Amino acid sequence: MSSPADLKFTSSHEWARIEGDVATIGITAHAAESLSDLVFLELPEVGDSVTAGETFGEIESVKAVSDLKSPISGEIAEVNASLPDNLSNVNNDPYGEGWMLKIKLTGTGDLLDAAAYDKLVADAS
Amino acid sequence: MSAAAELKRTPLTDLHAQAGARLVDFSGYAMPVQYEGILPEVERVRTQAGLFDLCHMGRARFTGPQREEAAQALVHVNVSKLKQGAIRYSFFAREDGTTMDDVLIYRDIDGEEIFFCINAGNRERDLVHMAEVASRFDCTLQDQSEELAMIAIQGPASVRTLAPLCSPMPDGEGLAALKYYNFYRGTVCDVPAMISRTGYTGEDGFEIYFPTDQAPAIWNAMLESGKDLGVTPIGLGARDTLRLEAGMALYGHELDDTTNPVEAGIVTKPIKHPHDFCGRAAIEAMVAAGPPRRLVGFTTESKRVPRQGYELFADAESTGCIGTVCSGSPSPTCSTTVGTAYVTTGHHETGTTLYLDVRGKRTPVELVPLPFYKRAR
Repeated sequence: MSSPADLKFTSSHEWARIEGDVATIGITAHAAESLSDLVFLELPEVGDSVTAGETFGEIESVKAVSDLKSPISGEIAEVNASLPDNLSNVNNDPYGEGWMLKIKLTGTGDLLDAAAYDKLVADAS
Repeated sequence: MSAAAELKRTPLTDLHAQAGARLVDFSGYAMPVQYEGILPEVERVRTQAGLFDLCHMGRARFTGPQREEAAQALVHVNVSKLKQGAIRYSFFAREDGTTMDDVLIYRDIDGEEIFFCINAGNRERDLVHMAEVASRFDCTLQDQSEELAMIAIQGPASVRTLAPLCSPMPDGEGLAALKYYNFYRGTVCDVPAMISRTGYTGEDGFEIYFPTDQAPAIWNAMLESGKDLGVTPIGLGARDTLRLEAGMALYGHELDDTTNPVEAGIVTKPIKHPHDFCGRAAIEAMVAAGPPRRLVGFTTESKRVPRQGYELFADAESTGCIGTVCSGSPSPTCSTTVGTAYVTTGHHETGTTLYLDVRGKRTPVELVPLPFYKRAR
């Protein structure tokens, strides 16, 4: 399965959709599928700042708890506040309803394009 | 080359892969952790039934004139009082009382062997321990892990799934009449098999042992037999939640090289029979003195999953850790989050509120009796 070509990716399986100076971020379909049964998600608040490559939240499945790493640096403009109560959206629509944060962007980390990310996933499996 | 290529495979690994299971390393075997998802698989076993590949587990037997004496040197149950066809849960302990493994011991119907089912991860050292004991008696130890396959069917539809495939009991009664923790020798799909009414889920069900080369055929026959009853394969992820809900110990979590059967709640009273077994003196001393820590169950409103090694505290601020988590999981059956922990005696009473440190944040948990789930009978 190909990842959406309009997104950028981290090697830790987050995605970013950069539109002007705002980036929307979430976790990839591969990450959602690997985690599967999600039980908990903790996101930061509007106005908090995030740094590319650093932890912005936690996501937990039955079997494991993982840190979420931001692909983007900037200030949080919007949080998908209903997502922690609707975790199936992360599994079912990771690039749509499963979005996590909108960030007013000041910088990006070392990001992969869709082809490079898909290769990374393919090589790891 | 990926790490998965070096893992051992069971006779059913290819079928799991074809069915879309996610395979992981479990005790050196490539085993299915899940098919449709851990939580739906738990629900399926509680309401319908599921099939489990247990070929990775260890299987061994004692034969010969002193097989009973050898078995007795290993386990805390009174082997001479075990009825033919009976199964008991026990453990292998060291002289200091610590647990090497937990086991099922089967006393054969025709009285010719004592059979053990042991954990995959402890198999090699269990066999060394068993061989050492066997050498002191006139008996033979045989590792049957490779020659015998093991499959479980667990859930309310187990009898209806398995009965059409297996021979009746030697007394002519059907499978439904087999008592819990009993077994018989018969056939499954006309293949000679040990049919055991045991399991690791808290549901009704069976574990069957038969020649390894028949595993794919019997697996598929059971899926076919249970198709209209909702039977599907179940992974180790769901198995872990099922056994935890049922309050059953998993070696490496509730039991390990540092625990003993008294604090684990397996032995709670002085042992009445006169037979010695490895670890008896230390275990009896622990019963007499009372264990300094105890295995407890707890529930929490939190969605955070209590994980092995997380610490417990007596209140929301104190610094002295009084307990450590063994296992935890969301419990779809109980609609809460459940866990087990060892806590210092005195903090172990049912109803006590303790505080669990989840990655730096404390969340209250309530101690409750084990098991968390008991099926209606």
